[in-house]
Amino acid sequence: MSKLLRIFVLCLLFPAASLRAQPAPELDLDKELDRYRAMINDPMANPGYLAVDRGELLWSLSRGSKNVSLETCDLGAGSGVLDGVAAGLPRYFADTDQVMDLEQRLLHCMRGLQGLDTKDVVARRFGSPGKTSDMEDLVAFISNKSLGMKYQASLSHPKERDMALIGEAMFYRRSAINDFSCATCHGDDGRRIRLQSLPDLSKPGDTAREVIGTWPAYRVSQSQTRTMQHRLWDCFRQMRMPAPDYASEGLTALTMYLAKLGDGATMNVPSIKR
Amino acid sequence: MSTLRGILLLTLLLAQPAFAQTPDPARVEAVVAASFASAPEAWKARVSQDRMQQICSLTRNQPDAAQAAEIASTAKASVVMPPDAALKGDWRSGEKIAQNGQGGQFSDGPNTISGGNCYACHQMALSEISYGTLGPSLSGYGKLRNFTTEAIRAAYTKVFNPHVTLACSSMPRFGLNKVLSGQQISDVVAYLFDPASPVNAEFK
Repeated sequence: MSKLLRIFVLCLLFPAASLRAQPAPELDLDKELDRYRAMINDPMANPGYLAVDRGELLWSLSRGSKNVSLETCDLGAGSGVLDGVAAGLPRYFADTDQVMDLEQRLLHCMRGLQGLDTKDVVARRFGSPGKTSDMEDLVAFISNKSLGMKYQASLSHPKERDMALIGEAMFYRRSAINDFSCATCHGDDGRRIRLQSLPDLSKPGDTAREVIGTWPAYRVSQSQTRTMQHRLWDCFRQMRMPAPDYASEGLTALTMYLAKLGDGATMNVPSIKR
Repeated sequence: MSTLRGILLLTLLLAQPAFAQTPDPARVEAVVAASFASAPEAWKARVSQDRMQQICSLTRNQPDAAQAAEIASTAKASVVMPPDAALKGDWRSGEKIAQNGQGGQFSDGPNTISGGNCYACHQMALSEISYGTLGPSLSGYGKLRNFTTEAIRAAYTKVFNPHVTLACSSMPRFGLNKVLSGQQISDVVAYLFDPASPVNAEFK
């Protein structure tokens, strides 16, 4: 029932996606974009929930050489616990002696617990039309189990604090043919690229909370549910860097830095973004 | 016990470097390198840093006087200036380059010609409302500088390598890194300095 209703509301909604094409004075455009964001911010009309539903099935699907599901995977709060775990990731895991984000941890459980060859899963890490991503679906499902909760950055372990500092150094690290760092675009208040407002991610506060509390997100412009891994991959693309390795330590470091700034965020996931 | 702890704490505090929150740069570099381990060989050079990038990263674009002087002098030596007669190209072509944000991304095709993407960060012609604000407005750039040859040379230099005039500038080194050709830079300079260019013509 709820799925049908969602699809129905979606059909009503999508004609509105062309709003941005209208030339208008800046302030009006900003207001229009805010209005558009408020309008699409409706769980009943968010196709990200289709990913949540697929993720739920994947979580309980037996596969891999051990033919078991992920249901006993420890995401940080004990075997199989889903409620609230996304509101505390990335975090340190004693069994791997490593700080891991949700995707790294899921890959760890797939390989170890399920004995799954993750080559195909990693190849489909970013979904595209007609090709779903197990990782995006699982992250959407698991993150949604923290809906409405407060995000609490996990920084009690020295390796977590170390990871946040490495992420901070990476945030200011300039490289590649345009000499960009994350801070080039996200180091100041109220800056824009063309008409796109840029969040200031150089300090803690509501802007960082808004970011940490709204990924994964359904991206209307891409027709896909995306995770922070994809968001950072796309940032590096625009920085003229090579594609970062999926689930690599550097991406977790940057996420940990953001997590520190966004501590206390309200989890609104999967959110829906332009 | 508590005295011992106090002494220990004091020792630790005194042992902290000036930036207590800065991790070992070698560790950061190792994490970065590992995170791009699968990058094609031809792209690996983009991951490592040159001297300017290192200094400006570690100082968060606030180099000390000696560092700034070193960056500026290296930058100055890097600039390849055309003769004065060739400084200004075609402003119409320059406008296209200023509007074009393509090039240099791993998603680009191999034959993509890079633009300068000036409008991503700068206001230029007032009639273009889709401009970014990461850099200063360049509206009326030539007019405000009385179209002098000296100012034209300075602008060419700035696009080629902005660190000549401002060490740790946020702007890309378009000439040094061959993002733009010499001809493209001249065209952009013409967009800034031709009196007929909308950058100046629309500016009252």
